[in-house]
Formats: sequence, structure tokens, C-alpha cells
Amino acid sequence: MPATMLEDGVPLQRPMLLPQARGPVSEAVLSALRGAPVALPEAVGAGLAASAGILDDEDVQLALFLLYEQHYGGLAEVDEDLEWDATLLAARAAIETAFEAALRAAVPMPGRPEPTSPAVAAALFALTGRDDGPSLSRYVAKNATLQQLREFLVQRSLYTLKEADPHSWAIPRLSATAKAALVEIQADEYGGGRPQRMHSAIFAGTMRSVGLDDAYGAYLDLLPAPTIAAMNTMSLFGLHRRLRGAIVGHLAAFEMTSSVPNRLYGNGFRRHGFDERTTWYFDEHVEADAVHEQIAAHDLAGALVASEPSLLDDVLFGAAACLFVEGRVGAHMLTAWNEDRSSLRGPLP
Amino acid sequence: MPELPPVTVTACPNGPILVRGDFELRTPDGRVVAQHRRTVALCRCGKSTIKPWCDGTHKIIGFVTEPEPPAG
Ligand code: FES
Repeated sequence: MPATMLEDGVPLQRPMLLPQARGPVSEAVLSALRGAPVALPEAVGAGLAASAGILDDEDVQLALFLLYEQHYGGLAEVDEDLEWDATLLAARAAIETAFEAALRAAVPMPGRPEPTSPAVAAALFALTGRDDGPSLSRYVAKNATLQQLREFLVQRSLYTLKEADPHSWAIPRLSATAKAALVEIQADEYGGGRPQRMHSAIFAGTMRSVGLDDAYGAYLDLLPAPTIAAMNTMSLFGLHRRLRGAIVGHLAAFEMTSSVPNRLYGNGFRRHGFDERTTWYFDEHVEADAVHEQIAAHDLAGALVASEPSLLDDVLFGAAACLFVEGRVGAHMLTAWNEDRSSLRGPLP
Repeated sequence: MPELPPVTVTACPNGPILVRGDFELRTPDGRVVAQHRRTVALCRCGKSTIKPWCDGTHKIIGFVTEPEPPAG
């Protein structure tokens, strides 16, 4: 189902269509969302107990994603009152507790700088500047086939078609310099008042230019657990005031690892003969994120820690978690492509 | 209301110069450089591929603006 267009070519985000279940937990969540009677706490409890590893659990990650999506663009044919349904919120909380614990156990924490703005900014640049082995962006620039480029866009679409939204949750939870910095970044992400320049809209144009559907969630059934887990990490951090340090750290790390890779992504599409209609998104990010990373490091993360030193560890955790979960998505794609397989769960139409 | 400067220029350690406010960037012959966002980052390492804007290349080349802290 193609997204509905405004007259100026900017897609309107519609509630996404419900995906297929991947196991008992997502099945139970889908039933509850449809209003069917279901023993949700039992299904979630049993699913978590049986999970071999929540970060790669297709069923549990999809269930959590659906519970979160109620707070974003919504789900088609689901009663909007269910956004604040106590049973669904309890299910979300149970999965979140296990998910956050798994992230805290798995994410390697960097050394702790002084809780001053310059020291925090320097620590974040050092953390994000470390070269972490095989690079998805270099592969995309030099080796990716056309089919792999399309896959890459599909992998990115879960976040990028609502780019910036998870971090916007933090705005009312910050104050002073950090709040102004976050709004300054987000205003640019949302196009500075021009919907055509909204990053999610530019990305939708990129998808359409290679024949992909830009409706939110159109390819969700094809997306593997690591990709959904990376999206869920942002929602987890963004939707809890307690984790405002982590969502700020996440955004800083995201911006700091963006300009250079985006130049390489653009090169991959140029190598296949695509023009600015396709590469605008990447070219825009080379320039925008070189600005955003400075604001995010100094005025957002640095200023937040300077005003609330107790958030230092969570800012570092959020940044390290961003690198960790995004790195797993990249590794998943590179492993599949190096083995001549698709990184998706099924063939791309 | 306190007087605020119309433009602020911030030198980022080991990175670009951020310019915020009401300003116009011009070429030597006076043409206005098209600006895509309110706050911009001007390259000062000299190696950006999109000059005058920064593109993050300063990080790849290890551009350093501050003196190294004394050893020990
Ligand atoms: S200062 Fe950033 S590329 Fe030159």
C-alpha cells in the first residue's frame, strides 16, 4: 500500500499494517492489539523465560516493537485507546526490563571522563572514533550490488522513515542548554519548517527512486531481530524519563558516526548510476551531521552532564549502546552479503 | 531583555567552526553561498569535500587544534 501523498510529494505517515507473528509472544501481543481475549502476561512471561537471548529473539523484539509503535504513528485497525492499556503497558514493561538488563550486560562501557562538558565531548568523540573492524559503509561504497543497495534501504527504513522521532521524546525532559541544543538538532532533522526537507521525507524519496514502497512498516516482515532491536533500543531510551541520559548519548553517538559513512553510502548509489534524487538523503547527512555532531557533543551531551553529573554513566551507556546495536545490524548485513545471502528474512519483492 | 549578539562563532576543539545567527556567507567576488541550514559548520582543517562546510573529514585526518596536554 503506497503512502498517501500530500500535493508537494511529502508522504503522510499512516498507521502501519500489522505484521505476521513470529512466535507466541508476538502472537499474543497481536491478539491483544486486535482486542481478542488472550493471556498476555503468561505468554510474555513464558516467552522471556524460554528466550535464548533477547537481543536476537525475533518473536520478543517484534512484540516490543509493536507495543512501542502505538506511541508513534500507530497501528492500522488497532483501537487507539490501547496506547495506555494497563495490560499492554505491563507486557511492555516486562519485556523492557529483560531488554535493558541484556543491553547493560552486553554493551562494553568506555572509561569515565570528568563530568564537564569538554571532557564528555572529548570522550564521546574518542569512543565513536574507534575503528570497529569491517565497515558496512565501505562495503556499500565499493562492493554492494544493486539488490544489496535496495536491501540496505529496507534495513534502514524502520528508523529512517521516522527519523528523529525517538530522540524527540527527550525534549520535555531536558532543560536549559541541553534542551535548546536538542531542539536545534531536531528542527534541522524535521526540515527547518519545510516538510520537503524533513529527513524522513527525503529518505522516502530515496526509497521511491529505487522502486521501494515508502509506507512505514511495509517491509517489517522481512526485517531481522537485530534491526528491530536497534529501533527498540531508541524507543526504550526515549520513552523513559529515567533514561534521558541514555537517549542523549545515543543521539550523540548516532550523529558522530554519520557524516563520513553517509558520504560512502552516497558513493555506493552513485557507482550504480543513481543521481541526486536518490543520493540527496546521504549528501544532506554529510553536511547536516557534521553540524549536529558538534552540537550533540558539546551543547547537548556535555551540557547535560555538566548540569546533571549523575547522568554521566547513562550518557556513556547510551552512546556505547548505539554503537553496539547499530554495529550488530551492520555485522548481520555484512555476514549475509559475504556469504552471498540476503540479510532479510525473505525475498524483497 | 538582555542584549544578545546577532551572530555567535564557536571554534570546536579539533573540528570545525560553528556559526549561529543572522549572517551571510559570501565568496571573494561577493556572491552569497547558498546555506541549507540555520547553524552551519565551516571547515577549518582544509580537507572537507564540501567546502566551505565541514564534512567530518577532520576526524579521519586527525586534525588537532589544541596543544597536546603535557605528557605525564
Ligand atoms: S573541519 Fe571538518 S572537515 Fe575540515
